[in-house]
Amino acid sequence: MYTTELKDKNQKSAGLSLADEDPEKLAAFEARVAADDFIEPKDWMPEAYRKTLVRQISQHAHSEIVGMLPEGNWITRAPNLRRKAILLAKVQDEGGHGLYLYAAAETLGTSREEMIEALHSGKAKYSTIFNYPTLTWADIGAIGWLVDGAAIMNQVPLQRTSYGPYARAMVRICKEESFHQRQGYEIMCVLAAGTPEQKRMAQDALDRWWWPSLMMFGPPDDKSPNTAQSVRWRIKRETNDELRQRFVDTTVPQAEAIGLRVPDAALKWNEARGAYDFGEIDWEEFYAVVRGEGPVAKDRNHARIRAWEDGAWVREAAAVHANKRAMRMAAE
Amino acid sequence: MNSNWPLWEVFVRAKNGLSHKHAGSVHAADARMAIEAARDVYTRRMEGVSLWVVPSTAIVASDPKETTDLFEPAADKVYRHPTFYTIPDGVKNI
Repeated sequence: MYTTELKDKNQKSAGLSLADEDPEKLAAFEARVAADDFIEPKDWMPEAYRKTLVRQISQHAHSEIVGMLPEGNWITRAPNLRRKAILLAKVQDEGGHGLYLYAAAETLGTSREEMIEALHSGKAKYSTIFNYPTLTWADIGAIGWLVDGAAIMNQVPLQRTSYGPYARAMVRICKEESFHQRQGYEIMCVLAAGTPEQKRMAQDALDRWWWPSLMMFGPPDDKSPNTAQSVRWRIKRETNDELRQRFVDTTVPQAEAIGLRVPDAALKWNEARGAYDFGEIDWEEFYAVVRGEGPVAKDRNHARIRAWEDGAWVREAAAVHANKRAMRMAAE
Repeated sequence: MNSNWPLWEVFVRAKNGLSHKHAGSVHAADARMAIEAARDVYTRRMEGVSLWVVPSTAIVASDPKETTDLFEPAADKVYRHPTFYTIPDGVKNI
C-alpha cells in the first residue's frame, strides 16, 4: 500500500558516509542515476544507497502485510456477498504486493527471515496509517478511497525509481491498485446517497481518516533529512509535501461530488497557487504513532506475531512433505 | 565421454529497468560457455545488456492438463478490474 520512509531507532544519521566509497565508482554511479538510468542488482552501488533501499522497500512490504489487518477485520461482516468477494480480492492483492516487495528487497542481499524478524521485534517500521482501527463498514470505504488513493499518489512516481527491481514491483502494484481505490470510493458513494444514518457513517469515517491519510506522506520537507539524498539518487522522485499537496487537490473535489465535507476549517482554494491551502497537521500525533503509540499498534504487532507462530506447523508440514516426495523420487 | 552438452534457457534484459525475458535456448558444456554462446546467438544486434542462463532441467513447468484448474477461476472475478465500479459522472482522477 504505501511507505513513509521512516528511520528506525538505531539509525544515527542519514546513512553511511559516502567518504568511504571509491570516488570514481561513486561518480559513475551518480552520473547514471542523474541520467535516469536504472540500477540493477549486480551493478555497483554505494552502501548507503543499498541500506536506504532495503529500509524503504522492506517498510513498504511490511505496510502491505500489516495493511491486510484493518481490512481483514471486516471480511466476515461485509454487508453483502458482492462486497465480501471484493474485499477478499483486495486483501489478497495486498498480500501479493507485500511478496513482490519482499522479493525486490531480497535482491539487495537481505533475507526474508531478517525482514520478518525486524517487523516482529518492532525494529522495522511500517506506515503509520495501519495503527488506526476500522470501527465501521464505512472505514473500509474510506481506506480504499483515501489510503489507497494516497498510496497511488506515492507509488506512481516510484514506478520510475532508480532501482530496477523496486520499479518493476511498483509497475505491477500500480496496475493492480487501480481497483482498490475505486471500490472504496464506490462504498462511500453508496453510503453518502443512502439513509441519513448511512451518510453520517460515511462522514464519520472521512472525519477520522482524513488527517491520518495526510500524515501518510511523511514529515514535512524541512523535517525530512533523508529526502534530499533520496531525490538526488532518484529513489524518491517527489518530496513529501509535493505529493501531499497533490493528494489534497485531487481528493477534495471527490468528497464534494458526493456531498461529504473534508474536516478542515482552514481548507480553501487558493486561486493564485492553483491549489488548496489546508490546515496544520498534528505532527505530535504523527510522531507518537511512529514511536509505536498508535491506537492499535500493539494489536497489529501481536496479530502479525500470532499469524507467524500459528503458521509454524504449515511451514514444518510443507518441509516434511517435500522431503518425503524427494525420497520417493530418489527411490524410484 | 558424453558429448551431448546440456540445454540452457536464455533470458535477455533489453535494457536496465526491464526484466530479463526468455529468448530461447542453447547447448553448452558449462554455465560460462552457455553465457558465451547465448551472447553470440541472441545478442548480435544489441538486443540486450544482461544475460541469464538457467539449466533447462531446473525449470519446473505447469502441466497443460491443469490449465483449466489453474487459470479458469480468475475468469469470473471481474471485480478485480477497475472498470467494474460505478463512479459518478464528473468525478476525476480516480
